[in-house]
Amino acid sequence: MTTRVARDRVTGTPFTRGLGIVTIAGIVWLVIFGLFVTPADVNQGETVRIMYAHVPGAWLAYLAFIVTALSSAMYLWRRTRSLTWDRIAGASAEIGVLFMGISLVTGSLWGRLTWGTFWTWDARLTTTAFLFVTYIGYLAVRNLGGTHHQRARRSAVLALLAVLEIPLVHFSVEIWNSLHQEASVAGNTDVTMDGLMLFTLFLGVIVFTLMYVWMLLHRQRALTLEDMLDDTGLDRALAARRTEAGVS
Amino acid sequence: MKDAGFIIASYVVTFASIGLFSFAVLRRSRSAARDIRPEDRPWS
Repeated sequence: MTTRVARDRVTGTPFTRGLGIVTIAGIVWLVIFGLFVTPADVNQGETVRIMYAHVPGAWLAYLAFIVTALSSAMYLWRRTRSLTWDRIAGASAEIGVLFMGISLVTGSLWGRLTWGTFWTWDARLTTTAFLFVTYIGYLAVRNLGGTHHQRARRSAVLALLAVLEIPLVHFSVEIWNSLHQEASVAGNTDVTMDGLMLFTLFLGVIVFTLMYVWMLLHRQRALTLEDMLDDTGLDRALAARRTEAGVS
Repeated sequence: MKDAGFIIASYVVTFASIGLFSFAVLRRSRSAARDIRPEDRPWS
């Protein structure tokens, strides 16, 4: 049975396998460019290389949380109500938490080199940590139990509230005095970054997006399997109870 | 490269976390799939 399952590749399809190969090639390209090919920054020196992992991680976390909110809205809207939307929302939130965690850790390492400390209660750092904890709470709420539709309803409402934190995080550097620099590329019409550095940053965003799509497809399918398993487990338990009670 | 330890650590943390997450997802789906026939999976 194990061999058959392994051969089936379970959640994989020709598309995800192709996507996986392209993504791995992209990761290798990004690491080579990020660590060895791009120049050092005039002000930050070699530490700027952390940017190629940190910035795409943060952007992908935003994207993942926005996808969670949109999928949740699709679930709540009666005409498109389907548990598939709920599973996409849950899968995307998990991946978003992963990317947000990566962004916090890489940012902390970068902060140690540029600010001299791993952590400070700065507006950007604090709001980001708050967003991270909020989505961990969202994932906890998803696991509270109940039927699949109860889970979907309560988590969809929470996702629509949690996504409102993203503008607060993004604009925190403009609203409050912050150690964290303002956006260098997004929303900035006067980008002064070196061409190769800018290219590598965009490469990072593309590679991370491909990774996100690959993980989202697999995780959403894994959640579908887990839900199907829940349903069959329930059917079996009901059948066993009926047999015990002598009901045909 | 100056500060190489911190820079390399940031890449290791990034790609190791993504790798571990992907591995965990594939493992969980493999274990969930044991009791579900391939023809019942909507994507296959």
